[in-house]
Amino acid sequence: MADFTMNVDADGVALITWDVPGKSMNVMSFEGLKELDALTTQALADESVKGIVITSGKEGSFAGGMDLNVLAKLREEAGDNPAEGVFNGIMDMHHLLRKIERAGMDPKTLKGGKPVACALPGTTMGIGYEIALSCHRIFAADNPRARIGLPEILVGLFPGAGGTTRLARKMGAMAAAPYLLEGKTLAPEKAKGAGLVDEVVPASDLVAAAKAWVLSARDADLVKPWDQKGYKMPGGAPYHPAGFQTFVGASAMIHGKTQGVYPAAKALLSAVYEGAMVPFDTALKVEARWFTSVVLNPASGAMIRSLFINKGALEKGAVRPADVPDQRVKKVGVLGAGMMGAGIALVSAQAGIEVVLLDMDQAAAERGKAYSAAYMDKGIARRKATEEKKEALLARITPTSDYADLAGCDLIIEAVFEDPGIKAEVTKATEAVIGADCIFATNTSTLPITELAKASARPEQFIGIHFFSPVERMMLVEIIKGKETGDRAVAKALDYVRQIRKTPIVVNDARFFYANRLIIPYINEGIRMVGEGVAPALVDHAAKLLGFPVGPLQLVDETSIDLGVKIAKATRAAMGDAYPDDAVDDVVFWLFEQGRLGRKAKAGFFTYDEAGKRLGYWEGLADKYPPAAMQPDVTEVQHRLMFAQALEAVRALEDGVLMDIREGDVGAILGWGFAPWSGGPLSWLDMLGAGRAVELCEGLAERHGARFAVPALLADMATKGESFYGRFDAARAA
Amino acid sequence: MTEAYIYDTVRTPRGKGKSDGSLHEVPAVRLSALALNELKSRNNLDGHAVEDVIWGNVTQVGEQGACLARSAVLYSDLDERIPGVSVNRFCASGLEAVNMAANQVRGGAGDAFIAGGVESMSRVPMGSDGGAIAADPHLAMRTYFVPQGISSDIIATKYGFSRDDADAYAVESQKRAAAAREEGRFAKSVFTVKDMNGLPILDRDEMIRPTDMQALGGLNPSFKAMGEAMPGFDAVALMKYPELERIEHVHHAGNSSGIADGAAAVLIGTREFGEKTGLKPRARVRATARIGTDPTIMLTGPVPATERVLDKAGMSFGDIDLFEVNEAFASVVLYFMQHFNADHGKVNVNGGAIAMGHPLGATGAVILSTLLDEMERADKETGLATLCIGSGMGAATIIERV
Repeated sequence: MADFTMNVDADGVALITWDVPGKSMNVMSFEGLKELDALTTQALADESVKGIVITSGKEGSFAGGMDLNVLAKLREEAGDNPAEGVFNGIMDMHHLLRKIERAGMDPKTLKGGKPVACALPGTTMGIGYEIALSCHRIFAADNPRARIGLPEILVGLFPGAGGTTRLARKMGAMAAAPYLLEGKTLAPEKAKGAGLVDEVVPASDLVAAAKAWVLSARDADLVKPWDQKGYKMPGGAPYHPAGFQTFVGASAMIHGKTQGVYPAAKALLSAVYEGAMVPFDTALKVEARWFTSVVLNPASGAMIRSLFINKGALEKGAVRPADVPDQRVKKVGVLGAGMMGAGIALVSAQAGIEVVLLDMDQAAAERGKAYSAAYMDKGIARRKATEEKKEALLARITPTSDYADLAGCDLIIEAVFEDPGIKAEVTKATEAVIGADCIFATNTSTLPITELAKASARPEQFIGIHFFSPVERMMLVEIIKGKETGDRAVAKALDYVRQIRKTPIVVNDARFFYANRLIIPYINEGIRMVGEGVAPALVDHAAKLLGFPVGPLQLVDETSIDLGVKIAKATRAAMGDAYPDDAVDDVVFWLFEQGRLGRKAKAGFFTYDEAGKRLGYWEGLADKYPPAAMQPDVTEVQHRLMFAQALEAVRALEDGVLMDIREGDVGAILGWGFAPWSGGPLSWLDMLGAGRAVELCEGLAERHGARFAVPALLADMATKGESFYGRFDAARAA
Repeated sequence: MTEAYIYDTVRTPRGKGKSDGSLHEVPAVRLSALALNELKSRNNLDGHAVEDVIWGNVTQVGEQGACLARSAVLYSDLDERIPGVSVNRFCASGLEAVNMAANQVRGGAGDAFIAGGVESMSRVPMGSDGGAIAADPHLAMRTYFVPQGISSDIIATKYGFSRDDADAYAVESQKRAAAAREEGRFAKSVFTVKDMNGLPILDRDEMIRPTDMQALGGLNPSFKAMGEAMPGFDAVALMKYPELERIEHVHHAGNSSGIADGAAAVLIGTREFGEKTGLKPRARVRATARIGTDPTIMLTGPVPATERVLDKAGMSFGDIDLFEVNEAFASVVLYFMQHFNADHGKVNVNGGAIAMGHPLGATGAVILSTLLDEMERADKETGLATLCIGSGMGAATIIERV
């Protein structure tokens, strides 16, 4: 079945309709491009055709974008010379869109072309909008839910089918920056105001309006500014005085923002800069060269794999037990209306789930519900929500102090104080009132699930759901299977996470599960370095230069020093003489004794003003741990921070805590912002190559201790020349 | 090897490089020609007297474009058989011209050269020639490009110079320059810029002004906004220098070099050239050097350039009697003195560009003339001139009296 079909009406307007079978939204494939090419060629050659309207057969949308799997395939299929394969593939796309844009006109007189209009019923992303940009006039239906734009940059690419070159030439580099460099998308009315579309019309008139324009358009209406003599880039080309300032500023801004680790933004800017100084067709070629460099960059491949393909797979239930029927949640009971409980109630209600929010007394429960009200008020102030939506959402949350109200819930999420005794009590009280089928989940970040399950009369229905704070903002949810947790509990948790539109990973029970198992060594390595005399700024900056949103010292101030002390004490008690982190505790316990508990105390590694704004590293830190005269190379600091986490991921895999490498990588990026460009800790080891990783670890172990000793799995892979994705993807496929 | 000797140095006074500066009315090509004519008439350079005019000039667009060196020769009274070449090594262009001339003399490529340079910053604004290093995203990110002012603040932060250190240095520069001018220490090289009718336009460096810590203390840092807000160059600087917590913005108009107009010319030749023409050499060019450094901190070049030129000369730092270190920014000289543990009594004894201005293409030749004049006045044997350079370079020259 074809993705594109064409019908010529009595007036001679060819309507090309994009309607990919079996998909709710159009996605571009190479087959689709070929079809569009063939139909365009046919329409342009057919003398009875006066003009073309391109639209979509999907209600409310034109296109979701390019199928990124296809891009990966393009690279793979190019064999020995992937650069040539990708470049030629991209140039084919340019030729097609350029054919639409020139529409058969005489290249000298610019006359005799056929008008081509694009009619967008709704959401139009990526290649969809790039097709529209190549048309002579863009009509959009007045669908306020639609989004129009070029979000490629958000998955580690940039608009590579002419969108970069066309938008920069249409609006100027400065004006195009939010759409190209930030992936900003707009609703149709705003898109018209910004100049992204030409006309917004009622949905019912969409195609008719486009056809009418096609029939009335004249030669001059078809010529793009950049195809006219004397074209000048709005805002100035790079060596125009105003343009110069724009490009100097843009390079610095992008460099600082991306910390140099995202190749796509840099390549995009280069394509705009170099393209601005050459004719349009040459500019497209330049864009294709830079785009190819991004597609071939290992970081882009890693980001697409983790943040698009594998994240999508996990959200769609890649690891869900297949034979368990639909477990979608209708009514959830949230125990404890503190910060976590209130957040869980909010995201559940947002997903349309009935919520019973329970706390010790009614007032506490009401306060938890008020969190949702305040959240919606903020949304209303920003015009992202309405009073009606707020009322509907609040109506779904029932605050109570009465356990009996939990009857009828099909999922319980317990989010009370992190104390096994209290949790056990609450578990028993709840199980006394809920139905036999109800699944009981505990939101804990540190307590072993198998231990907590001992308080339950039905441990196979007991599971861990670890939310990150703040719940409404953090995309990752870590699901932890206790020793006796059954498949239905796992399916329930996964179906619930899907309902609240977050990304799940499922891990086995062990100390700190997966996320904290990696975060704690990251923080500890940073603290350890301060104790050794590494400049605190070097520690945090080294992390930021890896793409971490916050450095380890800043992170520990946020999560609080006393929590660090608490975890250290518990770990020491559990591990006894094997406890490896005395050097870390020297620093942390000392800060604790000084009353420097972190941001909440307005005193930690940093000093803060009254409003809690970070001012700088506390001077007392340098007095106690004076920075050494010779500071280590930033790469050494970065390797320590990266391997502290990556080796823990390998050990989690060895221990069976991590069951799927995709979860280890996606979880790390979404959970605490692990160097996204790397695709995750295991993907990063693949980038290095196991052999090189082993070599680096051996050096680190020698200089800094046994925590960097090479895990057996990594050593084995180095010997065999294997990669994680080679070894474990193949295993999954088998 | 043939030795290269300096026979004479001349320079215009430095005019304020703004539209209200005295030299603003004088085109760059005439300013150049005036310096060439002064050198010609003082030394009777008739006919095909020199092999070439090597002319430093940074912003080579507009009236400074199209090989200003050749235009200046044709505008001047020099013989048309003398060609002319413009050279651009940013702030060290004037010294680079001298070094190229000296090295061509040493290599036997000519008996005599005129070297020097010009910049009319009031007429051809700095930066108006564009430049890939700032605007080409690939190169700007590859080099962690930040403007020079940010670089000067990185030096201050990294090597621990406070706002007060920088201001105190600037106050001293003004004091020394004023005293030197008062005593006529620049009179040997400086000539009066006159119009076509012989009417004087400017006869002395016009930017020197009395100042003190209090006055300087009232000035706002010049590079704070571009560093911390838009477009945020500090973030780029910290990527290259992650051990720094933040960039301290200590530089402002009062402790940085002034924007200026001016020209300077130096006559360089073999010993035989002097014998033939009856001119007496004043100094020998003992060694020259240039070096590339980290482009982000950019302005630390005087240190490695000095180490390199000393090495080439087989000398040590203590062998040098007087230093001219271009005062592009206070931190540049402070870092130089800190690194070599230098006696401020030997460095920039007659002030520098903070007080008198920095006409980019000319300054290298200007400070060399100041150095030589002072060596003669104070009866010192050896002198070293050095400048920091944009995009991360340094240049240095050692001269000794004969």
